[in-house]
Amino acid sequence: METYTLIVLTLAATIRVATPLLLAAIAGMFSERSGVVDLGLEGKMLGAAFAAAAGSAATGSAWVGLGSGIATAVLLALLFAYATVTQRGNQVVAAMAINIMVAGLGPTLALAWFNLGGQTPQLDGPGQRFTSLVWPWANTAAEYPLPGLLYAQLLSGHNLIVYVTVALVPLSAWVLFRTRFGLRLRAVGESPQAVDTAGISVTGLRYQAILISGVLCGVAGTYLSTAASAGFTRDMTAGKGYLALAALIFGKWKPYPTLFACLLFAFTDALASRLQGVSLPLVGVIPVQAILALPYVLTVLLLAGFVGKATAPAAIGLPYSKEK
Amino acid sequence: MSAPQKLPRWAELGLLPLINLAAALLLSGLVVKILGESPWAAFKLLASGAFGTQEGIGYTLYYATNFIFTGLGVAVAYHAGLFNIGCEGQAYIGGLGSGLIALWLGDRAPFFVVLPIAIVAGAAFGAAWALIPAWLQARRGSHIVITTIMFNFIAASLMTYLLVNVLIKPGQQSPESREFGPQAMLPAAHELFAKIGITFSPSPLNLAFAIALLASALVWVLVWRTRWGYALRVVGQNPSAAVYAGISPSRIIIQAMLLSGALAGGLGLNELLGSQHRILIDFPGGAGFVGIAVALMGRNHPIGILVSAVLFGALAQGGAQLAFDMPKINRDMVVVIQGLVILFCGALENVFRAPLALLFRAKGEK
Repeated sequence: METYTLIVLTLAATIRVATPLLLAAIAGMFSERSGVVDLGLEGKMLGAAFAAAAGSAATGSAWVGLGSGIATAVLLALLFAYATVTQRGNQVVAAMAINIMVAGLGPTLALAWFNLGGQTPQLDGPGQRFTSLVWPWANTAAEYPLPGLLYAQLLSGHNLIVYVTVALVPLSAWVLFRTRFGLRLRAVGESPQAVDTAGISVTGLRYQAILISGVLCGVAGTYLSTAASAGFTRDMTAGKGYLALAALIFGKWKPYPTLFACLLFAFTDALASRLQGVSLPLVGVIPVQAILALPYVLTVLLLAGFVGKATAPAAIGLPYSKEK
Repeated sequence: MSAPQKLPRWAELGLLPLINLAAALLLSGLVVKILGESPWAAFKLLASGAFGTQEGIGYTLYYATNFIFTGLGVAVAYHAGLFNIGCEGQAYIGGLGSGLIALWLGDRAPFFVVLPIAIVAGAAFGAAWALIPAWLQARRGSHIVITTIMFNFIAASLMTYLLVNVLIKPGQQSPESREFGPQAMLPAAHELFAKIGITFSPSPLNLAFAIALLASALVWVLVWRTRWGYALRVVGQNPSAAVYAGISPSRIIIQAMLLSGALAGGLGLNELLGSQHRILIDFPGGAGFVGIAVALMGRNHPIGILVSAVLFGALAQGGAQLAFDMPKINRDMVVVIQGLVILFCGALENVFRAPLALLFRAKGEK
């Protein structure tokens, strides 16, 4: 019984950790499918996390926080699109620039506006955070272990953003593989010349993809600072943007495998905190660091072609120029 | 629009980086203004903090030493057409190599024996950490940007494990090794100057700065004056031409990344043997990423890298002064400036190149 409760709680923690990863990974799926390497997930998320916490702290409304989070991530996405699509600058360099700039800008603005040493104030007022939604009868159900605890902990008890994120997986699969827009988006990532010849604007499509990525990163950042925790702290994304990118690659740029990769990576995270100092039969104590490094090792193995084969969109990373 | 935008050499190497830097500083000034401080006063504080005193200059050059090593690392990979984001991890693991030698030999071998072994160990560990991403890029086509990022995280996990469980000084809370023996400490600049009768204020500036200068000279000779350097640049500019010339791109890619990792590994000499005298958590402190900015601004040339490393060293040191004197600004402002410099010198360089090229062409036609 004890073990069963532990498993359910670990799975519930997995869902909470997976949410921002999945949002960022789907964000990356749109821009990467259009042929743009999106290393800037980290920076856009971090910027949104700051803006959301600042907005919520200033107005007392988590929804204003969400709005300012999305607006900030979209602005950063626009800057990225201008540098890489319009000016045909190096995508990796532009993204690194944005990541580094945002890492400094968040704490700088936080210090100037809130004077709390680079953080935003604790969000503890009513409505300042996206709190857990408790489904009907969840508290009663929790007393009946087998179906009840699953219902209470896994289905019920998450915040709105988690449920929206779950719905985003089939939605993005539909958009990418069942709509005209999705077909064109994938085409521009494989062969921009062909799309251009068909009279469709490569620039326009890539801008749209990068903007979608901005919106989703905005939601992901808002989740980090107003749902998963109560305010913005320095470097609070802690590499989640890169981990999301790894999950996207691990999921071979496809929605459902990416969902699986995010859950797997989040599970290692939830497991690491459970297994801290616990001695297992046969293997003994596994160092936490080894479990935490697992997603990165797995991604390297996949990229090396040792665990399946990940084929990136053909035109990824190449700026498109009509004259060439 | 996409007609070859050729600039005269002096404009390409001197004027364009200056304009890009000016744009980045202008925008940084705007941020300072938004924070409610005077940009001009902030700039003066920064400059006087970095160059106003002997101690300030010492700190500036001390920070610059780290950036020279990582900047050279990024640049060498760049000449082979590779974007090495992994200098942070390579510097971390490279420093482990030097640090282990320092722990082992620091109190049982003379300095002139410890130093060369520590240099070789740092380079070897840094190179080893670059080897797997390099091999994967050359032989299996895995994208080096992604694999080096992954290796940064793996390095961080590995080092945390080693420091918390293996290297930690017994009976101590913070994850740090014991102090190195006296023979593994690089002499500080003020001590060296004192020996020849010059008084210089104490600062962490140490012998590693001279090693960094030597490394820069070595990179210049290697890249521009040897057959290997020629092959390196051919692979970077046109891999298929390299194949026709009988050069193996995959071999050059692996060699370039090994050299890149070895150079980044030099950071441990300055940071650990030169200043901290022990191995500690996260000692590269982002220098691997600053190396990207330094290499971009320095146009991947050792002289350019020296100049921009000193500039970024000045930002790091002057930023501390700025945070001290202006309560509304903290050291993170320096990170903002670094990001803006990468943006303008790297991603947005075409913004100013096109009008400049037009300007020069108009002048040429007269």
